[in-house]
Amino acid sequence: MSLSIKDDEIDIVIGALRPDLTSFMNEWRTIFSRFHLIIVKDPDLKEELKIPEGFNLDVYKKPDIDRVVGTSTSTIFSGYSCRYFGYLVSRKKYIISVDDDCYPAKDNKGILVDAVAQHITNLTTPATPFFFNTLYDPFTEGADFVRGYPFSLRSGVQCALSCGLWLNLADYDAPTQALKPEERNSRYVDAVLTVPARTLMPISGINIAFNREVIGPALLPSLRLGGEGKFRWETMEDIWSGMCVKVVCDHLGLGVKTGMPYVWRNDRGDAIASLRKEWEGVKLMEEVVPFFQSVRLSREATTTEDCVAEVANVVKEQLGSKDPMFARAAKAMLDWVKLWKSVGSST
Amino acid sequence: MVEPATATQAAAPVMPQLKDELDIVIPTIRNLDFLEMWRPFFQPYHLIIVQDGDPSKTIKVPPGFDYELYNRNDINKILGPKASCISFKDSACRCFGYMVSKKKYIFTIDDDCFVAKDPSGKAVNALEQHIKNLLCPSTPFFFNTLYDPFREGADFVRGYPFSLREGVPTAVSHGLWLNIPDYDAPTQLVKPLERNTRFVDAVLTIPKGTLFPMCGMNLAFDRELIGPAMYFGLMGDGQPIGRYDDMWAGWCIKVICDHLGLGVKTGLPYIYHSKASNPFVNLRKEYKGIFWQEEIIPFFQQAVLPKDCTTVQKCYVELAKQVKEKLSKVDPYFDKLADAMVTWIKAWDELNPPTAGSVPNGKAA
Repeated sequence: MSLSIKDDEIDIVIGALRPDLTSFMNEWRTIFSRFHLIIVKDPDLKEELKIPEGFNLDVYKKPDIDRVVGTSTSTIFSGYSCRYFGYLVSRKKYIISVDDDCYPAKDNKGILVDAVAQHITNLTTPATPFFFNTLYDPFTEGADFVRGYPFSLRSGVQCALSCGLWLNLADYDAPTQALKPEERNSRYVDAVLTVPARTLMPISGINIAFNREVIGPALLPSLRLGGEGKFRWETMEDIWSGMCVKVVCDHLGLGVKTGMPYVWRNDRGDAIASLRKEWEGVKLMEEVVPFFQSVRLSREATTTEDCVAEVANVVKEQLGSKDPMFARAAKAMLDWVKLWKSVGSST
Repeated sequence: MVEPATATQAAAPVMPQLKDELDIVIPTIRNLDFLEMWRPFFQPYHLIIVQDGDPSKTIKVPPGFDYELYNRNDINKILGPKASCISFKDSACRCFGYMVSKKKYIFTIDDDCFVAKDPSGKAVNALEQHIKNLLCPSTPFFFNTLYDPFREGADFVRGYPFSLREGVPTAVSHGLWLNIPDYDAPTQLVKPLERNTRFVDAVLTIPKGTLFPMCGMNLAFDRELIGPAMYFGLMGDGQPIGRYDDMWAGWCIKVICDHLGLGVKTGLPYIYHSKASNPFVNLRKEYKGIFWQEEIIPFFQQAVLPKDCTTVQKCYVELAKQVKEKLSKVDPYFDKLADAMVTWIKAWDELNPPTAGSVPNGKAA
């Protein structure tokens, strides 16, 4: 853990899609217990939440969400998107968020991975998006910039987003997992790297951390599949949000890192059952990727809120007519910017 | 503490892949003792030794290897006046080996590189991994967060468009180094004791539009796809710069690969790099490069090749033209380099005439 970051600069936001968080919280206790937690209950979840004692936390349920944003708006926080409410009400600089079916992983030496510490290290050391370093993260112990890396690019840029990975159940889509039902990710890759500028990637919400003060408004609930469900195989909301975040980061000169930390993702759900629902999402990416690759923001967009609003307008213009889902997503993005300005805070 | 592997025989494959389609190019000025350690992996393959420095010296090749060896006299005889484009007293001379090869694939390695061990202690067959990298597609258009999706136990992640999952042909496989890392002279001076002990178990495609520093110590490529662009420049004796040969080639090939829709991979395999060169000698060689690269990088980042450049040679000649136009003002060296780039292509085409009915690399002209 970086000595200059105080524990009280960090919020851990958990979206609860299942009521019994006992084993989840207990598995993470040694890592989470020193931090403040924000637990947001999926407004669609009927059962009472079960949370063990001994944590410093705030729990938000449907009535709380309704009170803060109004009953008509609270629908945007259904399912996996409930965590965005946590981002909205947090007042901390750094947010770390993991899915409620993930446990701490062990590294190649069998040592428990402190995912929070690694995310914070990623966020508090520079990113290097303008030139690829073949030894990956040059700021990590035992590594550096290689021969041929321009010196003017060695101070790097601020890292706004840290994308972690998953052992055991990797974040595959339903068709891929259905085709290889026994496949589990057992490869622990000991690296963190900066995703180069203008390179896009699918940003998974399963294990993620960000600098809320710098990039907060760009992580947003907007794209909702018609058949969106309660398994990651049945959603694309994080992938969509992640594309927006990367475009905004590239425009503002901020960095995005990927790689460690790993979390252990538990087996859950049935890929074949989800296959029917997620086909829609899989088809969508064929449009979404070329679209985001072509987005160019204007010079006047100098804040994250401005950038998000601009992306929303481009979505409306170019994708809105192709599918009402995109038109709704664009509107949701603009609504989010307004909501962030009124409820959220940048400091 | 990281150490090289010694029990290499056990890791040798029963059926060496591509043994008649791949040449191993090794530049050397000292000796080839290191080949003993690589014998189980290299012996099935043909070697092209490029002897740098004094041609009257005899370089002994360990017995049992099938090889051809070229010294400076051979290079001058074969290329005539065009030999001026091949560096002297610098490992950049290795690219002569690429030119005279008749094979589809090249693997090049430095003579101070030994066999590495993976974290389980097993010897790493670097050549086998390079071949895997080259025979598997690359994915430069969209980044896969689980790295190489074609590796055993991995795949494309959720959100990766299906239309991009076929990938593109891989032109270059860039390997890494344990023990002595490939640092520049200033970094070596500041951290003389730093050793790379981190084995990162990944291969990944370098995204389109992203440049990288390509190291020639542990490198493989498809000669038919990208060979003519693998010119290692004018370095060493009589030149103002050294230790930028592979860098220069790397920036050229990446721009051309991006233009032609070919892939470049980096990561595994690791070799064990045993010798740290003298940082003060390195500093003198690299000194100008450290300043020049500040101009060179933006040049390559902004380089655009016209649509009608459909072969590697056409791309390369166009790049040479742009080097002359835009970098000569940095130093007259670049004017000379641009000319040498054109000489190289002429020499390449002379030594590698298109066979009747063959299609040039890239799209048909």
